Amino acid sequence: MSKKGVNIKIDELKTDVGFIKNLQLSFGKLVAETWTEPMGPTPFPSLTALREWDLKLLQRYKPFYLPYCDVCCLCTFGKCDLTGDKRGACGINMSAQQSRIVLLACCIGAATHIGHARHLLEHLIEKFGHNYPLDVGGLNIKVEAPVTRLVCGVKPETLGDLEEVLDYVETQVTHLLSVAHTGQEGSNLDFESKVLHAGMVDHVGMEVADIAQIAAYGFPKADPEAPLVDLGYGTINVEKPVILCIGHNVVPSIGIIDYMKDNGLDGEIEVCGLCCTAHDITRYYKRGKIIGPISWQLRFIRSGVPDVVVLDEQCVRADSFYEAQRIKAPVIVASEKNCMGLPNRTNDPADAIVEDLLSGKAPGALILDAEKVGEVTVKLALKVAPLRKKFKVIPEVDEVIQRAKECRQCNDCRRACPQDLRIPEAMKAAATGNLAKLADLYELCVGCGRCEHACPVGLTVHSFIVKAGEKKLKEETYKVRAGRGAIQDVEIRNVGSPIVLGEIPGVVAVVGCSNYPKGGQEVAEICTEFANRRYIVVTSGCSAMSAAMYKNEEGKTPYEYFTGEFTSGCLVNVGSCVSNAHIAGAAIKIANIFAKRNLRANYEEIADYILNRVGAVGVAWGAYSQKAASIASGFWRLGVPVIVGPHGIKYRRMLLGRADREEDWYVYDARTGEKAYVGPTPEHLFYTAETKEEAMVMIAKLCMRPNDTMKGRAIKLTHYIDLHKRLYGTMPEDIHLFVRTVADVPVTMKDEIVKILEEKGWKETVIPDPTLLPRMIRKRKE
Amino acid sequence: MAAEPWQTAEIPGPKKALVVTKPEVVATMIKKAKHPILVVGHKAVETELEKKKLIDYMIELAKKAEIPVVATAHIISEFHKRKYKPAGFLPAVDIGNRLVDAEWAGIDGKGPHDLALFVGLPYYMEWVILSGLKHFAPNLKTVTLDNVYHPHASWSFPNTSVKDWVENLKVIIEKFEEGGK
Repeated sequence: MSKKGVNIKIDELKTDVGFIKNLQLSFGKLVAETWTEPMGPTPFPSLTALREWDLKLLQRYKPFYLPYCDVCCLCTFGKCDLTGDKRGACGINMSAQQSRIVLLACCIGAATHIGHARHLLEHLIEKFGHNYPLDVGGLNIKVEAPVTRLVCGVKPETLGDLEEVLDYVETQVTHLLSVAHTGQEGSNLDFESKVLHAGMVDHVGMEVADIAQIAAYGFPKADPEAPLVDLGYGTINVEKPVILCIGHNVVPSIGIIDYMKDNGLDGEIEVCGLCCTAHDITRYYKRGKIIGPISWQLRFIRSGVPDVVVLDEQCVRADSFYEAQRIKAPVIVASEKNCMGLPNRTNDPADAIVEDLLSGKAPGALILDAEKVGEVTVKLALKVAPLRKKFKVIPEVDEVIQRAKECRQCNDCRRACPQDLRIPEAMKAAATGNLAKLADLYELCVGCGRCEHACPVGLTVHSFIVKAGEKKLKEETYKVRAGRGAIQDVEIRNVGSPIVLGEIPGVVAVVGCSNYPKGGQEVAEICTEFANRRYIVVTSGCSAMSAAMYKNEEGKTPYEYFTGEFTSGCLVNVGSCVSNAHIAGAAIKIANIFAKRNLRANYEEIADYILNRVGAVGVAWGAYSQKAASIASGFWRLGVPVIVGPHGIKYRRMLLGRADREEDWYVYDARTGEKAYVGPTPEHLFYTAETKEEAMVMIAKLCMRPNDTMKGRAIKLTHYIDLHKRLYGTMPEDIHLFVRTVADVPVTMKDEIVKILEEKGWKETVIPDPTLLPRMIRKRKE
Repeated sequence: MAAEPWQTAEIPGPKKALVVTKPEVVATMIKKAKHPILVVGHKAVETELEKKKLIDYMIELAKKAEIPVVATAHIISEFHKRKYKPAGFLPAVDIGNRLVDAEWAGIDGKGPHDLALFVGLPYYMEWVILSGLKHFAPNLKTVTLDNVYHPHASWSFPNTSVKDWVENLKVIIEKFEEGGK
């Protein structure tokens, strides 16, 4: 029986009217439980319930701290100099301080998803009712909420059932945030354990958000053939009024789409989005369009194409209101979390708001009612578009050339650029009328705009780059498969065995933001390389968009020529940021549905299973956000390693294995209780790659797991060696660490590898039934 | 001498690299070191310096000063193309992680390193790796051979023009006869 409400228990009570004994009263929700699986050891785990598992991981994958600076400035004792082995006024040292910063980042990330989930859930319950069923895949999905079931031990069946799940994760985030207060935790490893806890509850929050919106809004339900939708600036019909929605919470966008449809305006207006709101728009509305990742915000607004800009929450540039004002586009802000200083017009009549925004009396409005957002935005777009005439602030070529002559070659723009782009050289060429070097910067630029703020003569450097790259921008016309949501149970059954045995070489999840070191093209290359190699490739968020922004020789984008089914050689877009929970969910379902491990509140066993058997790796090539940090930490606790691009090193700590320390790579053989050496599989838990080539080789390597069969290991080694030879131009030097028996050696490379093994003094090892948990040993050693 | 970080917003804290004003000082440090190591990042292949690449200067230095080289990222083949075999190749984060381990046998198995020279990593990667070493590798001194100021190193050149950078590298290399003397 699951309960939510008030429980009163009276053991004994003597009153004037009598004697009461063992009275128990419950008020609130009582639901007959349909899930018969026995409760596992850690339902609704507290901060320390999984600490032992965390410490096992942290023993092998020790933190390597990479402080940004020497000081802590979080309280009024500070700043404190923590250089070397110094301690601050509160007693904290640098290791603990760095892990505290990581915890803060993960708490912010988790709170963001959980807050998003709470807003969505309250809205959907109000609209559809507590008892609205959680159908996320019809008959194809019986395990509808694998993360929630695993962590909480409950099986949600309706929207209302998700409330207690959110109650739990909200409580955990509050406790976790309190840990970061001065004078709480003192051990870096305990901070790290709490980082993992934050990541785990984040995944629960993401799952709640996505299954609620899939069920209620009728998004694609685990559909391998979710529609192909338009992506790119070039797909927008600029002759029409254009509504641009930026953020992650689709509720106001749906208000817009519904109003448009209800009033016969479908097709009259372009509704497009940036960042994850765009994904969710296209999951709801096939005519919706995705402009691109977060880094397209400035360039698209400045292009003058949007007539009304609607801001919801997360990853919205803080200056987007200002930028929209520059192009004379009114702004609607629609989230309590992002009010932009605008007056709250929620209770005003829609027509009055439209009139004020149209006349310029007000530049924008805060409207906290999705339906009113819809009415105001659509009416406004129709009226404002003819007046604005796509007024833009991107300069013409002549102006770029003239203004470039003002450049002092001071280098301040380059020193402000996170990519260290050679802007001064490009500006020098532009001053002579040659915009080619500026155009070359277009695809490398992450669109942060720091160059402009650094320029002492006020050049709008980013706009210059966009103008020079305008041809590329306007040719951006791609297809992306709308986010499909969860992975079907039957798909898991089909791939479970070959994944666990290693015959499908791995699951590569290319996710996250767009702070790429060399443009989004690298993401597309990573995805296509591994899909061509018959890995299972899944995407989400901005990376899912970048994966689409590439065409083959036939002019097709990757989502058009790779299958959307979760199988070998696929390219599966699960959806927005919150859809990342389905990737974790797929790994969990492999353990549950394929291997029949108990799911219910059985976190440690399932994570142990995934770490040792499921060759999955996450890649967040442009990770920038706190949400990306918490998403990654949820994967770490579950035993899934994560690779980030070079900017990801700024998360200030890596979790790195030491392949050269043999003692770190022993597991128990669950059959015998003997300890067995399994090599560095997987070698790292959190890792920064310097280049795309390095990342690709590491992806192949991190997919190896102790449980691989000989055939599976041979396949995985083939990919690892082949990529290494192609991208590094040489054989890997650590092959001997991954060969357990001669049968692991790929047949086509046998002579070459056997020779290496002999040189390295390699010895055969056993292939155990691997586990890190003594309780999983079936037969104890005598 | 004061120096500014290359990236304007990167503020390091109280302990900042000593500024190398004369390249001869670097040569002297290398000569005095018992077991130096040279970490070369992928930008060494991309960076052109007077018709040569940065990697060419590094190979010349490594040969003359007999410093074991570790290539990061995927650039090992660029060394092989130039008929030079580094002591090893490792991801940048791995080499950083090993250098904080006082018991690590070194890239060549000859014991812990006491001086690490860095060059050619993305500025922000080198920034935090040098910081990790500053805080957690007390027995290691670090030097950057890049032309940008890295305050988390023990010693760093200030932000320097390409022309002066080349001159500095040439001076350092010239201080070594073949055989590391």
